[in-house]
Amino acid sequence: MQRRALVYLIGFIVLILAFVISMMARDSAVLEGFYITFGAFLTLCILSFLYKDNPFYKFAEHLFVGVSAAYWMSMGFWTTLIPNLIGRLHPPAVRLFLPAVADAEPNYWYLIPLALGIILLLRLSAKVGWISRWSLAFVVGTTAGLNFIRYMRSDFIGQIYNTINPLAVYSATDRSFMAMDSISAVVVFFGVFCGIVYFFFSKEHKGAFGAASRVGIYVLMVTFGAGFGYTVMARISLLVGRMRFLFDDWLGMIN
Amino acid sequence: MAFFDTIKNIDRRVIFLFIALSVIVPLLFNVIFPERITPIVQKIFDKIEALPEGSRVLISLDFDPSTAPEQEPMVDAVIYHCCQRNVKLYVMALWGAGQNIADATINRIITTHFPNKVYGVDYVHLGYKAGNQGLINVIITDMKKMYTTDVNGTQIDSIPMMRGVRSLKNMDLIAAFGGGFPGLKEWILFAGDPGNIPVAGGVTAVSAPLLYPYYPNQMLGMMGGIKGAAEYESELIRKYPDFEKMPHGGLEMMGPQAVAHVVIMLFIIIGNVTFFIDRKRKTRAN
Repeated sequence: MQRRALVYLIGFIVLILAFVISMMARDSAVLEGFYITFGAFLTLCILSFLYKDNPFYKFAEHLFVGVSAAYWMSMGFWTTLIPNLIGRLHPPAVRLFLPAVADAEPNYWYLIPLALGIILLLRLSAKVGWISRWSLAFVVGTTAGLNFIRYMRSDFIGQIYNTINPLAVYSATDRSFMAMDSISAVVVFFGVFCGIVYFFFSKEHKGAFGAASRVGIYVLMVTFGAGFGYTVMARISLLVGRMRFLFDDWLGMIN
Repeated sequence: MAFFDTIKNIDRRVIFLFIALSVIVPLLFNVIFPERITPIVQKIFDKIEALPEGSRVLISLDFDPSTAPEQEPMVDAVIYHCCQRNVKLYVMALWGAGQNIADATINRIITTHFPNKVYGVDYVHLGYKAGNQGLINVIITDMKKMYTTDVNGTQIDSIPMMRGVRSLKNMDLIAAFGGGFPGLKEWILFAGDPGNIPVAGGVTAVSAPLLYPYYPNQMLGMMGGIKGAAEYESELIRKYPDFEKMPHGGLEMMGPQAVAHVVIMLFIIIGNVTFFIDRKRKTRAN
């Protein structure tokens, strides 16, 4: 309990300081400097977790979650609800924020999404919360329907099409044999074939079938290895990004 | 053997320290390695290079600050290239945070380095809209169903470069940046394939292996992680030497990246050697 109180105290002091300084700073350069320093402080708070869990880390984590939630809510309201719902149902109501669309004709078809949205919010009530399933069913059904068609076309048929290519590739211009492209086509075809064999469990993995299955395992291992390598690159990139922020933007040590 | 015992029981924080040093030292000494463009990145470069003046390119920024260090160098390079080629840029976002990132990018690249470009004539910022792949599904037939105004509240019909743009099918290229959901994959599935529109872009390194199968039939080209950005930047410097004067994050980040990879590989080798020695010792003891 004492630890939680400490987190709240640190958070409260830091936020009050941030608010006071941002109110007092009239010069934009001073304000920018303050924001960068505050960003550096939060970065160090998060990195401090590498040593061990501590109240500074907890404060930064809670602040991030809170700010993210507020940001998404605010963005959804101002970029979607105001122009695409209220601006369509009753355009004069948005004259203050979007004068360009205030004189448009109302479109009452948008009462349907409004009703579904209100029904979804009924989930907050224990008594009538069950009605929210109607909206949820609409969302799930529409998404499933949309995704089914697109995934079937692009991920299923499209990927089969991409796999079954000529194994011997010739140049379109002078009809010469392209060795590297042919090797690539052979590797893709047999890699996919052996990978599928590995996941075929209705027949015992023995003989030629077992050999193909073993090649399938190697293909999967290479895939996981590539995935791991790329993941390392991604994580190091983020670390480099933060270090550039600390040593360049904040401390100005990088020439 | 005492050495191997020490290595075996090494505190993970020592490894963190080595990784931090392997990133900080090359950064401070500005270590930059030469890069050569690979075919999958070259295809994007060649496509933009071949676009006639006035062509329409949609740039979708589908990421947030958590992956910005990886994605911003790609976006900067592509937008710089498009501005050099005098194509019209339609900037939008499927992620909420993408809208502010787009604002910052426009300010950093277009306003600063191409002050003669006019908003509404050469580039427009359409902002963020909720809806994920549903949004793409709508704007592939009618953009105005979702975009009544741009990000500043200007009516879409009064923006000169929006005249003649009815749907995504009027775009000559879609360049999507972002490896999460929704991201490049959704642009391929919901716009590129059904609309027969060339789709390219850049993704976080984590997502890159999952997107390779779409190349080259369903996806024009792809920049995978910071390596892809560095390749694009190196080609841009070769073709447009002025780009060298600008910050090129991809090339600058590949130096620390390479050193950190060497350190990680060394730790993997040390970890494996220690494991096998330890196993041998246990077998002998039994």
